[in-house]
Amino acid sequence: MTQLALVIDLNVCVGCHACVTSCKQWNTSGWAGPMVDENPYDADPTGTFFNRVQTFEVGSYPNTETVHFPKSCLHCEDPPCVPVCPTGASYKREDNGVVLVDYDKCIGCKYCSWACPYGVRELDAQQKVMKKCTLCIDRITDQSLPEAERKPACVLACPTSARLYGDVHDPDSEVSIAIRERGGYALMPEWGTQPANHYLPRQKNRMHITEDDLQRVDNPLKKEDLTVYHGEETLEDVTW
Amino acid sequence: MHDPASRSDQSIGHHEVKETTCYMCACRCGIRVHLRDGEVRYIEGNPDHPLNQGILCAKGSSGIMKQVSPARLTKPLRRKANAKRGESQFEEISWDQAMSMLTERLGRLRAEDPKQFALFTGRDQMQALTGMFAKQFGTPNYAAHGGFCSVNMATGMIYSIGGSFWEFGGPDLDHAKLFVMIGTAEDHHSNPLKKELSKFKRQGGRFIAINPVRSGYAAIADEWVPIKPGTDGALFLALINEILKTGLFDRDFLIQYTNAAELVIDDPERDDHAMFYRDTSIDVTRGCTDPQDKFWWDRNSGEVLSHTKGADPRLLGAFTMKDGTPVKTSFQLLKERVEPHTVEWASGITGIPAETIRRLSHEMGIMARDHKIELPISWTDAWDNEHASVTGNPVAFHAMRGLAAHSNGFQTIRALSILMTVLGTIDRPGGFRHKAPFPKPIPPCPKPPNSPDAVQPNTPLDGLPLGWPAKPEDLFVDAEGEPVRLDKAFSWEYPLAAHGLMHNVITNAWRGDPYPIDTLFLFMANMAWNSSMNTVEARKMLVDRHENGEYKIPFLVVCDTYSSETVAFADLVLPDTTYLERHDVLSMLDRPISEFDGPVDAVRLPVLPPKGECRPFQDVLIELGARLGLPAFTNDDGTPKFRNYPDFVVNYETSPGSGIGFLAGFRGKFGDKAMKGEPNPNQWEQYAANHCFFHYELPRSYQYMRNWNKGYLHWARAHGMTKWAEPILIHIHSEVLQRFRAAAQGKWPGRRPPERYRERIETFFDPLPFYYEPLEAQRVDKNRYPLTALTQRPMAMYHSWDSQNAWLRQIHSHNYLFVNPKVAIAQGIKDGDWIWVESHLNRVKCMCRYSEAVEPGTVWTWNAIGKGAGAWGLSANADESKKGFLLNHVIGEELPVVSQDGGQVLSNSDPLTGQAAWFDTRVRIYPAEPTSKKITEPQFTPMKALPGQLTRPRGRWQAYVAGVFGKK
Amino acid sequence: MHPAFSVIFLTTLLGAGQGLFLALVTGQVYSRIHLIEAQSSDYYLFGSLIAFALLLTGLVSSFFHLGRPERAWRTATKWRTSWLSREVIVLPLLMVLVATFGLIHWMGWTQPFVVAGEDALPVDASLLVGVFGALVAFALFVATAMIYASVKFLQEWASPLTVFNFTFFGLASGFMLAAAYSAFLGNDLVTFFGTWAVIFTAIAFLSRGASLLRNRRIKYRSNLKTAIGVRHQGIAQTSQGFSAGSFNTREFFHHRGPRTLTMVRSLFMVLVFPVPVLLIGLAYVTKSPNLPILAFLIQYLGLVAERWYFFAEAQHPQNLYYQRVS
Ligand SMILES: Nc1nc2c(c(=O)[nH]1)N[C@H]1C(S)=C(S)[C@@H](COP(=O)(O)OP(=O)(O)OC[C@H]3O[C@@H](n4cnc5c(=O)[nH]c(N)nc54)[C@H](O)[C@@H]3O)O[C@H]1N2
Ligand SMILES: Nc1nc2c(c(=O)[nH]1)N[C@H]1C(S)=C(S)[C@@H](COP(=O)(O)OP(=O)(O)OC[C@H]3O[C@@H](n4cnc5c(=O)[nH]c(N)nc54)[C@H](O)[C@@H]3O)O[C@H]1N2
Ligand code: SF4
Ligand code: SF4
Ligand code: SF4
Ligand code: SF4
Ligand code: SF4
Ligand SMILES: [Mo]
Repeated sequence: MTQLALVIDLNVCVGCHACVTSCKQWNTSGWAGPMVDENPYDADPTGTFFNRVQTFEVGSYPNTETVHFPKSCLHCEDPPCVPVCPTGASYKREDNGVVLVDYDKCIGCKYCSWACPYGVRELDAQQKVMKKCTLCIDRITDQSLPEAERKPACVLACPTSARLYGDVHDPDSEVSIAIRERGGYALMPEWGTQPANHYLPRQKNRMHITEDDLQRVDNPLKKEDLTVYHGEETLEDVTW
Repeated sequence: MHDPASRSDQSIGHHEVKETTCYMCACRCGIRVHLRDGEVRYIEGNPDHPLNQGILCAKGSSGIMKQVSPARLTKPLRRKANAKRGESQFEEISWDQAMSMLTERLGRLRAEDPKQFALFTGRDQMQALTGMFAKQFGTPNYAAHGGFCSVNMATGMIYSIGGSFWEFGGPDLDHAKLFVMIGTAEDHHSNPLKKELSKFKRQGGRFIAINPVRSGYAAIADEWVPIKPGTDGALFLALINEILKTGLFDRDFLIQYTNAAELVIDDPERDDHAMFYRDTSIDVTRGCTDPQDKFWWDRNSGEVLSHTKGADPRLLGAFTMKDGTPVKTSFQLLKERVEPHTVEWASGITGIPAETIRRLSHEMGIMARDHKIELPISWTDAWDNEHASVTGNPVAFHAMRGLAAHSNGFQTIRALSILMTVLGTIDRPGGFRHKAPFPKPIPPCPKPPNSPDAVQPNTPLDGLPLGWPAKPEDLFVDAEGEPVRLDKAFSWEYPLAAHGLMHNVITNAWRGDPYPIDTLFLFMANMAWNSSMNTVEARKMLVDRHENGEYKIPFLVVCDTYSSETVAFADLVLPDTTYLERHDVLSMLDRPISEFDGPVDAVRLPVLPPKGECRPFQDVLIELGARLGLPAFTNDDGTPKFRNYPDFVVNYETSPGSGIGFLAGFRGKFGDKAMKGEPNPNQWEQYAANHCFFHYELPRSYQYMRNWNKGYLHWARAHGMTKWAEPILIHIHSEVLQRFRAAAQGKWPGRRPPERYRERIETFFDPLPFYYEPLEAQRVDKNRYPLTALTQRPMAMYHSWDSQNAWLRQIHSHNYLFVNPKVAIAQGIKDGDWIWVESHLNRVKCMCRYSEAVEPGTVWTWNAIGKGAGAWGLSANADESKKGFLLNHVIGEELPVVSQDGGQVLSNSDPLTGQAAWFDTRVRIYPAEPTSKKITEPQFTPMKALPGQLTRPRGRWQAYVAGVFGKK
Repeated sequence: MHPAFSVIFLTTLLGAGQGLFLALVTGQVYSRIHLIEAQSSDYYLFGSLIAFALLLTGLVSSFFHLGRPERAWRTATKWRTSWLSREVIVLPLLMVLVATFGLIHWMGWTQPFVVAGEDALPVDASLLVGVFGALVAFALFVATAMIYASVKFLQEWASPLTVFNFTFFGLASGFMLAAAYSAFLGNDLVTFFGTWAVIFTAIAFLSRGASLLRNRRIKYRSNLKTAIGVRHQGIAQTSQGFSAGSFNTREFFHHRGPRTLTMVRSLFMVLVFPVPVLLIGLAYVTKSPNLPILAFLIQYLGLVAERWYFFAEAQHPQNLYYQRVS
């Protein structure tokens, strides 16, 4: 079975929010739209987004890591949000594992959002139905798009290509390789939800310098006999 | 719902795709705009575009919301006759009325005294046209954002290596192995930089960020080196010292490609002390370039002309020329300069542990020396030596406003340029790389006019309003040495103010110092808010009147697309289009989008019709030029030369038959010529067919070492990029600076500064980089103001433009002051508390946010999130004005007046370049009174909505769906 | 969690309605086996009407919780997996049974079909419906409570104690209401119902006390480390990624200080348990017809506070992601 997913590389994500708004613009006019905004030009502007980028600080000054952390629906393999839905509006697609909401069936009871530990479902305050990341189902399945563009909007936009997309069940896919080789991990594994989306940890590149590196015969200083005689007195003048 | 897989999105409504160039910021990515039934459906990065290769940022992805923004201006407006300026009370007028008003007024000023008209523009991309208009008009009072943006970066590097970061060059992360990013939060080249950074990291490169704050890019650095603001100069000097001491410099590079081994006169008694020892009699090119009449000290035969074949020059040492002149190599002078600057010394200033500095110097030096890159590209240098390959030392740097926006920025950036140079990383793989039209001679050839005579009634300015002074005679001053320009650029106060000093324009015009003006024209600049320093006062100056009731700045024209804070102050408002509604060019004559491998320029094409009565500003300017009878815009019979901007772009040539125009691509009758060629009537179409850009890829052998690459230099000359094919040697010791210093010391044969500037010039025009404490810190009580307050650009906002954007403003509707918890706790401030931030000038009230990612001597906030109430189409109680705050209120546009300046009023700027010293601001913080209202301060009377502004009823909800939005 | 009033009323009203119905059925069974004196059919009719009204109000208030109430019918489709769906099936069933129960009494269809023993237990339609209804009422307690108890992420709720609490609070308030009802009518069942109400209140006290103790000691399975997958003691959010709130900041958090929570807890601990018990006791002594009514009202008020606290106390792991604006 195919399980499409995103793998987010925290090693390169700079927290630019491109994935946030590219998602919004694609989806608001798409299958899962509209994504409504409330008070768009007033106090407390708020609205529906499928993807958010957050910032965490780890450690304390000066040993601080700043972690930018994008998060959208993780398309869990065992999605707790699905069975609890009383209407069947929430479902997981058989063909590709994408978890979706059918707005025509949704009654806006919010129960599924309670059953998601990740806080990625959002009830659209005007439309009163539950919305969430669709993995851009209407892009990735659109056969009329060129292959290279049959990807989620956020993946295409991401300036650092921190968002990898593919089938995590295919061991040879880019995402599976990344998870395998780069220590990809799942969020809140304690719940057994088996998120399909994974995260890649930070990696540090260091440089190792040895004493030898600093002591070399080809040191250009050796080419400059640095002393210049200006006629000062020396031992030559006083000893014999 | 239908099955999402069963229908293609493109089958809904009428679907079209148009290509153009983004302008949600100055990065200028290629975009494809999808339209559904005439409304924007989706904006995606253009995968065929060299700059962004398909990626798009948060702003670019929110372009749709700009189109539907309630802040859009749609009508030309005139301040109501009985309304006071600044009250935002306007009436609609027709374009014809607006143009007549302008023609009448400007025509009069041009006939009387063109200086009375000042045209200043913000972070625009139209300096090719606006600058030309100003010149044609005859006013010297023109500049764009550069002076308050990063002119220190441009000058500091261009006066050292002939090119610079910013839009003129950058780090080659494809080849680099160590990357050191200094004082950069977002940058101009922001999308490509992000792309390259991630590629670099994935290739295993080591990334070090030097910044008081760890955010954005620094977050993914392998190492964060927190530094005290304004102290990088000290760090660089220590790094250079350590690299020199350990012999980790690139000797061959220094000898061949820099003036390191060239001999400098070393006799303080002589007038030409610290000038290069030259033989002015020999026959070498003596244009605007640095003539090659200097000397080396050959190991065997003593003095020889530099670049003598077979010579083995000394890099270090003091010698005596045959004529008895004592000389030292430029590098010797550098060594002596940096010697006292030990890592321990720098540690005390920068707050970086000495061990770290030492290690950094070793990392840089060893990486440069031991991980050399060799590309199999043969090339010939300017001295006809053939090289079988191009080599590189893979240590790349990048720096931006964290260095530039300090009053010691120029010398700090000089130090950085020299650090990069001693490592041998200029225009080589893995180091710094130029972008066309750079490199340029040091300094570049265009000069500002040098006397008040350049300004004559009804005559174009004799010279360019902006340029690159190389000696005191290039200054734009009168016989007394006083400024001719309103902003005092190119005067003895700011001799190297290559981009003007926009941040002083309002204050100077208001004070009438050096003279009052009549009309201030602001295009795309929010000078009543985030681009002014000391904003509260700037707003008062804009409305201040003489006793007779006349405004001190009599007439203010604002051309904007949105209802910015500044629009409220206009007497005349010209509504511009958005980037999706007009033709634009990103021209070689301005700041093109060139790549390392060759020149690139680009265009915008309208994707949507202009809204309401909006008109592209370029069309307006061209019509105005014709109405005023400016030569470049008028035929001999007085009729307009150009129909509109597209027509202008195709047909304009810098001089008749020059073959150089606004666009470098697809020139010549058939569009087959590049850079130079006759006008091509189908140029726009050809750009459109080529994804809106033109990319000239240089032959591989011309892509590197361009300062000294014979092939490249001759190509550049043949293609009109430069007049000179002379090698551009890097200035370690800067004779250009010494000329000004000599003038101050009374040793220069020509112009000398007025007495009150003597000491200033002598101190700061040091031909070798040096560190001094930022000027504000020297002038305020540091015990009272122990912290430095900074701003950073949020990646999802462009200056003030985006608060009107319903999506982006949800990401940043208001801002906090980030404070290291230790510092906050010492002040009794809890996370989230309301606090005061006070400088010597003013104070603002805001909320505090704890952060462990900020150096304890620094506090910071996001730039330009706070807004004036009612501006930008937002309601008066929007978060931006009630919870958001603008740091600019506490940033002085002038330094505190003290005796050490002789009581003079001086701009809060770098004394060499006039760069605004935004990041020098010293503050203290303390809790706000617990009983006080929980809103930020200062607050301003809400700006009223403008006629024509709100075309759509505004509800609680906005549900955008392309094709049906706003249609009933 | 954000305590939504629709859900607070929904659960408390349903509980009281179920409890009242159970009290009526208990009363009927007891009277049939002559342990207490028989009541008029009006007594049952109006009693079931009250129960029905409570259930109905509960149902109506549940609609306020739905974004799209017009589609509520769809909720019945996923009973195999969703406790919410099950509740939605059981609740109307119970309402029908309660209505039928009342109708039977009203119409007087109370002739026994069979009599067990020597008039020991006459079984009539109302008894059958009543007992079946009682089972359904219990099922409804379970279904309602399981809606909460089955969300494993809400560790405060994910416990059998939640089912006990819902059940015993329902029973306590229902019997208390029955006592009040009887007191209002002035009949003799006040003591009967009152005693049961006190017993149920006592059990509820134990089970709620147990859950409070349990919740105080909960070790949350999720923390910032597991939430973002970085293993470090000192992790703090500096930005949740947006400035002015979203569904995630509104739905899962009460936005009150810890003081409010403590206050509400003390309030319900007083209003639900000692005060009504005391009032009933006092009513027993003074034979006042008003005190049981007061006891019910106060207990109900207490239950509203209890339910508010129930929601507010629950820490959803998603809140780890939504802590700070900047
Ligand atoms: N998204 C977005 N992109 C933009 C813009 C925007 O508004 N929004 N604006 C554009 C413009 S006009 C410009 S000029 C560029 C500017 O691009 P940047 O130069 O990246 O601009 P800033 O955000 O000012 O970042 C300055 C950085 O320098 C650090 N800093 C301050 N003082 C010091 C110091 O003394 N030493 C060191 N080492 N670091 C210091 C600050 O902490 C901050 O990280 O961005 C351009 N790109
Ligand atoms: N505290 C602090 N202040 C700063 C800085 C900082 O780092 N800290 N950075 C400084 C720097 S580097 C810069 S470059 C300046 C930027 O300063 P500005 O260039 O003044 O800033 P913007 O907010 O970009 O304002 C430009 C104006 O252009 C308008 N505009 C947008 N698009 C169009 C268009 O298509 N046509 C027209 N006619 N108008 C348009 C906008 O509505 C806005 O009013 O800010 C400076 N101010
Ligand atoms: S677009 Fe990419 S880099 Fe930017 S926040 Fe999203 S994941 Fe991170
Ligand atoms: S992340 Fe949440 S919404 Fe998405 S599938 Fe998993 S449980 Fe469901
Ligand atoms: S809100 Fe909609 S999708 Fe979620 S559980 Fe209720 S009906 Fe199902
Ligand atoms: S996959 Fe699509 S829907 Fe999901 S976050 Fe990315 S853009 Fe949004
Ligand atoms: S960086 Fe973003 S806003 Fe700037 S031009 Fe590129 S896409 Fe547009
Ligand atoms: Mo700038």
